[in-house]
Amino acid sequence: MDLNKRYTPQTWPDHPETATMEGKNKFVGFWLLLAAETVTFASLFATYLALKDKGPSGMEFAAADLFELPLVFAMTMILLTSSLTSVYAMYHMKNHNFKAMQAWLMVTVLLGATFLGLEIYEFNHYVHLGFGYTHSAFSAAFYTLVGTHGAHVLFGLSWFIALMLRNAKRGLNTYNAPKFYLVALYWHFIDVVWVFIFTVVYLMGVIG
Amino acid sequence: MAHDTHTHVRSQAEYEYVRRQRAKEMRNQLTSFAMMIFLTLIAFTTVAADFSPYLITPIILLLAAVQVVLQLYHFMHMSNKGHGMVAFFMFSGMFVAFITILALVTIVWW
Amino acid sequence: MSSIAQKQGFGAMIWDYLTTVDHKKIAHLYLTSGGLFFLIGGIEAMLIRIQLMKAGNDFLSAGTYNEVLTMHGTTMIFLAAMPILLAFMNAVMPLQIGARDVAFPFLNSLGFWLFFFGGIFLNLSWFMGGAPDAGWTNYASLALASEGHGIDFYTLGLTISGFGTLISGINFLVTIINMRAPGMTYMRMPLFTWTTFVASALILLAFPPLTIGLFFMVFDRMFGANFFDVANGGNTIIWEHLFWIFGHPEVYILILPAFGIFSEIFAIFSRKRLFGYTALVFATILIGFYGFMVWAHHMFTVGLGATANAVFALATMIIAVPTGVKIFNWLLTIWGGSIKFTTPMIYAIAFIPSFVAGGVTGVMQAIAPLDYQLHDSYFIVAHFHYVIVGGVVLAIFAATHLYWPKMFGTMLSEKLGKITFWFFFIGFHLTFFIQHFLGLMGMPRRVYTFGADQGWDLFNAISSVGALFMAIGVIVLLINVVITTVKNERVGNDPWEDGRTLEWAIPSPPPFYNFAQTPLVRGLDTYWIEKMEGNKEGMLYAEPLEEIHMPNGSIIPVIMSFGLFVASFGALYFLDGDKSWPLPVLILGLLITFGSMLLRSLKDDLGFHISKEELIEDAKGGKMDGSK
Repeated sequence: MDLNKRYTPQTWPDHPETATMEGKNKFVGFWLLLAAETVTFASLFATYLALKDKGPSGMEFAAADLFELPLVFAMTMILLTSSLTSVYAMYHMKNHNFKAMQAWLMVTVLLGATFLGLEIYEFNHYVHLGFGYTHSAFSAAFYTLVGTHGAHVLFGLSWFIALMLRNAKRGLNTYNAPKFYLVALYWHFIDVVWVFIFTVVYLMGVIG
Repeated sequence: MAHDTHTHVRSQAEYEYVRRQRAKEMRNQLTSFAMMIFLTLIAFTTVAADFSPYLITPIILLLAAVQVVLQLYHFMHMSNKGHGMVAFFMFSGMFVAFITILALVTIVWW
Repeated sequence: MSSIAQKQGFGAMIWDYLTTVDHKKIAHLYLTSGGLFFLIGGIEAMLIRIQLMKAGNDFLSAGTYNEVLTMHGTTMIFLAAMPILLAFMNAVMPLQIGARDVAFPFLNSLGFWLFFFGGIFLNLSWFMGGAPDAGWTNYASLALASEGHGIDFYTLGLTISGFGTLISGINFLVTIINMRAPGMTYMRMPLFTWTTFVASALILLAFPPLTIGLFFMVFDRMFGANFFDVANGGNTIIWEHLFWIFGHPEVYILILPAFGIFSEIFAIFSRKRLFGYTALVFATILIGFYGFMVWAHHMFTVGLGATANAVFALATMIIAVPTGVKIFNWLLTIWGGSIKFTTPMIYAIAFIPSFVAGGVTGVMQAIAPLDYQLHDSYFIVAHFHYVIVGGVVLAIFAATHLYWPKMFGTMLSEKLGKITFWFFFIGFHLTFFIQHFLGLMGMPRRVYTFGADQGWDLFNAISSVGALFMAIGVIVLLINVVITTVKNERVGNDPWEDGRTLEWAIPSPPPFYNFAQTPLVRGLDTYWIEKMEGNKEGMLYAEPLEEIHMPNGSIIPVIMSFGLFVASFGALYFLDGDKSWPLPVLILGLLITFGSMLLRSLKDDLGFHISKEELIEDAKGGKMDGSK
């Protein structure tokens, strides 16, 4: 493939992400990875549910009084919105509008970083309350589940940034279109996991 | 393994049609997004309203499931053509996920 | 080991293997390192049998025995059986579907090196303060109490090699989904490709729970988390569940490819189309599906309750149905065939009764009340060795003989092959058949010795003699390999003369691009169809001779895996607290890994092209391929 091949919106393929064999392979392979990730997070959720509110006898922390919903609500809105902005980015990718795509990706990254910042603030808050990682089985399960999600957010952000910087000068082609498509998929998946985290961990936690 | 793709140059009419289709799809995506926000609001409100846990839990789990379907089928395009194998493996993953969670909430004695 | 590599000299050959992304060379790597770990695991098995040879033996201390036992199980499952099967999948599956390589050649190499460094890391435990000693299942209540770093070697080593296996699984799935030659529909795929497909799907969905379980164990032991610490609210049953949610599909990951190999062998050497191909395919899928619903039969005695035990007992018994379907299909393939008793065929025929014996004892244990009697006794040891050795190891030996010419271009000696077979087969039954009775007589698993008054002397002695027979069989196989390699008598495309699938239609070993022109597939047993219709070239072509695009080799997978290897040492010694070097080492290792990942994603790798002229030249003179 010629990397210097210039596309116009007229010649840009309908499905640039699967226009090449490599693209097709990456597309299927990445979805398979998401299936594996589904099981990964299920194991974490299952463990969290089994260990919820479990700790040394006389433990003073329980999900019902620990979590604060306003912060979680803000985080949820931010992450949901970032999912929409990455949809916008992909819309412009399909229209071969590189600048608009980069702009929307930038918005997505900023929202993602805000989310991550709030999560770090939240964790820090709990640790200061005395609810550290080694405090109890409950704390370990909570931090590992939510922290693994946070690590995914961090990885997704790095991936977005690396792609944006690497391709800033050369624009869209069928070599990098699959990469942009996959990171957007990854971002949606992170959002899917968060939907379950705010439902199962926070909302169901608060109602006891 | 060939990288090469055959370039197809669209006619003006074809091009405008494709653009219109995409714009329409984007409007649908916005609707999905609005629904997700709405569902989230309901979930948080139900909890804030302090109903019985036996009522809230199934409701918010159902809302989460609907949101996930919206993400998967609209944002991630799982309903589009060429996603057959993908859907098969995602559902297999969800099946294993389900039995894992089921087992760890029912048959770990403590 | 193509002739071109031998001409290059040793250093160049090493570099070639370090940087290769060619699925056939990666298969050589998997076979060699898997074989090496098989020998290490075998030596550990011999140590076990020497220790148990007589009552009150003091050949191994109790602690050492625990280490040897743990490492035998772990090595054989994770580092020997699975990699060797991955070797055959790599060597054969892309050829069977008419592909030029796997979907992700780079990841293929990365998968191998992760496995390799994980395996080396695990085995270094012997020299660095003691091996893991909590059994291959590593139950949390035992593992958390284990002193020293043995368990940490286990968790970190398996995490690394587990990532490698997951990557390979995804790679094979995508290859089979996307890269089949024109006309190769799903229902025309050879059975070995089908079993590779289902086994890879099991890898995809079963390895994540193991990884998570291992992470929990790492966090508990090193960072003071409390997942399994009951005093702080933890629950050790979680480990058992996560381990067996992985562990039961894992045994199907091992046995399904073995089924695939035997299906190929039965068809080739009965010179008949596989009986009930469709039924075999659906049985394979069903076994994969049920594989995820039976894990708790390993935990009947935990006390999960009568309902759970009943459900899992029933699910377990159901698995016997698709497996039985397979057995009858194989028997009916042989029936009325024109049989050639080659070494692979003898293994295949021996496999049927051996595996059925293991399957029957399996159904016995599925009966939960009976399992209370059998649990943790030598009956269990006998059972799983009957399915693993009688199924998987026999398949590995059979495939070694069957595919050796395709992988290396020379034939293993049939005579020595049969000697290997008889020693191994007799030794296997001698070792393990009698262990059923030891179990029924009450001998528990995992004990390092027994008393003279318990009446287990004779049977244990017989069992140890059997192990010696198996060892002799393996040594004969090694001699066979050496002799064959030294003689180096090259063979043609179809050395067994009755090949049915596409891999036998191309040279042995195939050129690095496999197919100069992509084949056109007209039905099941592609090559057989063309042979029967008198097609001298052995296949039809789906495209004219054109230039071929191939991926570039890369050293990055080795560096990436090495980074994790280094980081693991840092993590291992990090919380000893008395050393200053672990943290820098941990960071350095992660920097190496993530740095090479970043390098890989920033640098465009577009591969290269083989021109039409080179292909024509190659077809005439055999410049690039090893044969003739």
